Amino acid sequence: MIDAMIALRAILIREALRFVRQRSRFVAALVRPLVWLVVFAAGFRAALGLSITPPYQTYITYEIYIVPGLCGMIMLFNGMQSSLSLVYDREMGSMRLLLTSPLPRWWLLFCRLLASTTISILQVYTFLAVAAVYGIDMPWIGYAYVFPALIVAGLMLGALGLALSSAIRQLENFAGVMNFVIFPMFFLSSALYPLWKMAESSALLRDICALNPFTHAVELIRFALYGQFNAVALGWTILAGIVFLGFAFWGYDPARGMKRG
Amino acid sequence: MTGLTVRNVSYAYGEKRALDDVSFHVPQGAFCALLGPNGAGKSTLFSLLTRLFTTRQGEIEIAGIDIAKHPRKALAKIGVVFQQPTLDLDLTVHRNLSYFAALHGLSGRQAEGRITAVLERLDMAERATERARDLNGGHRRRLEIARCLIHVPSVLLLDEPTVGLDAASRHAITKHVHDLSSQDGLTVLWATHLTDEIGPDDQVAILHRGKLLDQGICRDITGGAPMQDTFLSMTRAAS
Repeated sequence: MIDAMIALRAILIREALRFVRQRSRFVAALVRPLVWLVVFAAGFRAALGLSITPPYQTYITYEIYIVPGLCGMIMLFNGMQSSLSLVYDREMGSMRLLLTSPLPRWWLLFCRLLASTTISILQVYTFLAVAAVYGIDMPWIGYAYVFPALIVAGLMLGALGLALSSAIRQLENFAGVMNFVIFPMFFLSSALYPLWKMAESSALLRDICALNPFTHAVELIRFALYGQFNAVALGWTILAGIVFLGFAFWGYDPARGMKRG
Repeated sequence: MTGLTVRNVSYAYGEKRALDDVSFHVPQGAFCALLGPNGAGKSTLFSLLTRLFTTRQGEIEIAGIDIAKHPRKALAKIGVVFQQPTLDLDLTVHRNLSYFAALHGLSGRQAEGRITAVLERLDMAERATERARDLNGGHRRRLEIARCLIHVPSVLLLDEPTVGLDAASRHAITKHVHDLSSQDGLTVLWATHLTDEIGPDDQVAILHRGKLLDQGICRDITGGAPMQDTFLSMTRAAS
């Protein structure tokens, strides 16, 4: 047990050091949602009228609507970035070092997942701070309530990245992940537009969005930011997280072998 | 039985058979060169020995511990240097070592003591604060060997550790690891395709196309002839 905690601490420190070293990664993670917030949202503000839907109790501007979606975007990209680094680690060999230590493999993978989620949460709070300076602030209680929501959402999206990394053979294949996982997950969700808006265009697309775990992660964050609890979103996010984690553990099972590049 | 034992081990990637009924034993404190050309199955065997893969065909014992039955106990006895570099190049030498120590449950004073000891053992004490990126190829390898000693393993597995190094570094590292087996009593399995890294008293296991062609003490196998000639004639005959 003590061994497991020592390893967890070391893995968290290593990820934090890597993150601090890669300042460009931090800046990119921050600039991406800010561009959406400042440029994209400003353009769409006039085009999209948003009626009062929970958790909002009044009419809101589009910028306010997309903040939770952009928090989710940070976590989605970070989850994928983390899985990209896992594939890189495997090609470079450092993943071998991790997997040959005398601790349960599931624990080692979970440590990596926890480390990447911690980084995601730091990025989200930085983004929320910049958004507040820009004039889009949340109720104070929301900043506290959102913390557990970010942990659950981050673990789910990190688990997705972990599962993908077990299936991807080479770094070059990662572009495919961008096209077939990140973009569909992001655009087919409630991050940029409410589901009722989507239903006006296509009921089928709305249904797909409603099934997308990323939608539920975003809604969990959205409600939490306003001090509210969305049980359905939490349930879906946890369920998806367990399924992704199951795939990840299965993918890294030594009986399946380590994929040869 | 201590040391390292591989018994009737087979492994296939789909239809392709990478290891076919391989058996050999390396006694405690012996240096065994696993000699084979590229594609012989050396890296596959290393993956099985380090439990990156598992197989249902055959048994592997590390210091007398069955890796299939007690994987974590067996892994705790192994020190590995993989063919691929596994250092975090942006971290310092010390940080690389403390990360690895923690993966083996070592922290605080205990870890510090071991780190100091292995750096001194490999003549790298003065480089503790340097970034791994700033080390040359030979020192990086030496650091990886130092690292694999931190948890005081009894079996060392090195997969072609001298690939890409200049002659002087190759010689130094080969000598270091020979010393670890003769002076410290470590069991060493050293995968290579370079016959000049093998001494006449070393144990040799010759692997070719997944099969073990021969095993024993180098001078007994060669009968006094150069190892390279024996190796080439054996692998040609088996092709």
